[in-house]
Amino acid sequence: MDVLYFAWVRERIGLPREKVETEAATVNDLVAELRAREERYDMAFSDLSALRVALDQQLSDFDAPLAGVREVAFFPPMTGG
Amino acid sequence: MRITVQEAAFDLGAETNAFAAGHTDMGAIVTFTGVVRDLPDDPLVAMEIEHYPGMTEAALTDIATRAQERWHLGDVLVIHRYGRMAPGEAIMMVATAAPHRRDAFEAAEYLMDFLKSRAPFWKREITANGASEWVEAKDTDEDALSRW
Repeated sequence: MDVLYFAWVRERIGLPREKVETEAATVNDLVAELRAREERYDMAFSDLSALRVALDQQLSDFDAPLAGVREVAFFPPMTGG
Repeated sequence: MRITVQEAAFDLGAETNAFAAGHTDMGAIVTFTGVVRDLPDDPLVAMEIEHYPGMTEAALTDIATRAQERWHLGDVLVIHRYGRMAPGEAIMMVATAAPHRRDAFEAAEYLMDFLKSRAPFWKREITANGASEWVEAKDTDEDALSRW
């Protein structure tokens, strides 16, 4: 699936998007896989309360299932307007 | 309904006039404009806004559709910029047209409240002393949603 990062999440991880091969069942499982990769991922995901997640461009939750999802995006709380 | 996400500056007067034109059955037009605000202690050089192309348009359309379902509106306009802008430049605008002012005012406030924390934009402030900081979301922005 495509995994996208925005704002300081993008900066901490060091890239805006990547393809990830995963069998993760939920967003939390995917986060655990990413955190285990490298310290920059571990740092970016250290406080999930400071992060939001969108599945196929719809706001979702960290316990949501990933079955059928093609695009996951992680970002801080939004500051529009 | 018109939703526009663009990098270029927009002409507030021209957009408002174009929106108002052709709504002879609408007695009330409300507009709100968000402007890059200078900082009192550390002068702001620029604001940079990042967004999530695709989701941004979908989220704004969803918010505007909900407003149209909830209030008696003739039309809704949302223009939101991304990229770099200087203090005093308009960041975004919403406009609502309704037969009566209460619907137009309330719908505009609803649009703004949801646009602040449910549309995928992220602001960064670049100040004269060289600092470059992401703007943090405020708890009050999230609290503002509960009144709807």
